[in-house]
Amino acid sequence: MRKTLMAATLAAVAAGLAVQAQADPPFDPKDPKMAPFIAGAKRSGYTFAEPETRAMQDDDFTNPGFLWVEDGKKMWSKAEGKAGKACQDCHGDAEKSMKGVGTVYPRFDPHAGMLLTLEQKINQCRTERMGAAEFKFDSKPYNAIATYVKHQSFGMPIAVQTDGPVAPYFDMGRRLYYERRGMSDIACKHCHEDLAGMHMRTELLSQGMPNGFPQYRLKWQTLGSAQKRIRGCFDEVRAEPYPVDSLENTVLELYATWRANGLRVESPAVRK
Amino acid sequence: MPTPRVKMPATAAKGEIFEVKTTIDHDMESGQRKDKDGKPIPRKIINKFTVTYNGKQVFWSEWASAVSANPYCSFFLTATESGTVEMQWHDDDGQVYATSQKITVA
Amino acid sequence: MSQLNRRTVLAGIGAGAAAMAVAPQLALADKAAADDMISKLINGAKPQDGKVRIKLPQIAENGNTVPFTVTVDSPMTEASYVKAIHVVADGNPAPGVASFYFTPTGKAEVSMRMRLGKTQDVRAVALMSDGSAWQVSQEIKVTIGGCGG
Repeated sequence: MRKTLMAATLAAVAAGLAVQAQADPPFDPKDPKMAPFIAGAKRSGYTFAEPETRAMQDDDFTNPGFLWVEDGKKMWSKAEGKAGKACQDCHGDAEKSMKGVGTVYPRFDPHAGMLLTLEQKINQCRTERMGAAEFKFDSKPYNAIATYVKHQSFGMPIAVQTDGPVAPYFDMGRRLYYERRGMSDIACKHCHEDLAGMHMRTELLSQGMPNGFPQYRLKWQTLGSAQKRIRGCFDEVRAEPYPVDSLENTVLELYATWRANGLRVESPAVRK
Repeated sequence: MPTPRVKMPATAAKGEIFEVKTTIDHDMESGQRKDKDGKPIPRKIINKFTVTYNGKQVFWSEWASAVSANPYCSFFLTATESGTVEMQWHDDDGQVYATSQKITVA
Repeated sequence: MSQLNRRTVLAGIGAGAAAMAVAPQLALADKAAADDMISKLINGAKPQDGKVRIKLPQIAENGNTVPFTVTVDSPMTEASYVKAIHVVADGNPAPGVASFYFTPTGKAEVSMRMRLGKTQDVRAVALMSDGSAWQVSQEIKVTIGGCGG
């Protein structure tokens, strides 16, 4: 029943019918506490969250994502694989060497000759430099090390590149972002550009800015990656999600992350 | 193996009331969910959380499956003497996860 | 770490209604059952309104992780302290959320996060060292449906 209603609502949007526009109660643009979460017209998902969810993120202790940061910190200096190396052996102090790294992924990797997400880059390091097995997608260590690395860029503006060898990936990402899909027959842009800030039934639609990934979601009761979240979006519009780490899912992550250029890294963010 | 996190002051004045914030990574599997084949996933939660201060039990709590994953619990103690605050999380499967922190009371 | 999806939980609750005879623990708790449970926990005392405060979001963005803080007016001395706080959610498959037991130390305040299956009243009942019991009840709206629900 609920699914039917949801599909009907989404179909109404797709048909260009009026959607009830509602002010967004938790957000006051003049609140100085919101300044770090806004860049021009861009708004982090933080500004769409209820006060209790924001409070949970604000404190490094109440933010459950820090369970993963702490885990990743331990992993950084732990040797694994045939080469007997830890991340630290090549990269030194993560607080220095990884600063800023989280702002530029997904990026073109000349060594691999393709676009890589941060998680894919870490797995490349593991297989090629450490002689260790890849971390399984969405496993605890997969998320922990990525969160620890990304957190070193906390507060720095997202700055993914879109030119040079990235251009074809970016163009593909943009095309997919605007492509209608699924039973609801809507594109990413319908929710996150056209209707951001409005309610679709009980859902307050955000701009879909991925500056807080890997992030802890109340719904998941755990932490997860942008790849996982994009697949969740596909489920929600009743479309078949692209496989994890597929070219399609990765270029969508690139395009969505580019949209957040200028917003600060919040990893690990807390979202509904 | 779940790793607890605890935040409390390392020093306090005698008689001072201080907050202890605790959290631990745990799925808190409720026993009410089903797997892909429709079989119930058995309950596996932390059902009890206990706190001692220099060996004396000062606070404890019993948890049901309605406690969220990665349980968070914060409470307050009075700084009476220097020593150790120990916390234990008791899992349904019999495992106990423990951690402790020292406090100096001046 | 496995994903706890509330849709799956809710599906479980729905299925539970049909399977009640087999799995009574899946039946939705009602107020009478919750009252009974509380009565046992507070040794049959009649809880009065007052002394207890509960801080809850007005709207839970997701029922899987709802933060709450319970505070009780008490000096927390040997002569007068809070022995226990019981938090109960009548609208959940099982009403009990957590029981907190105190000694005369610190202050009578605890925070935690709970799962709520739907919009409902959440109750906190405190048992004092003199045997009296005090309570508070507050409604919380739980978002269901949508991307976060």
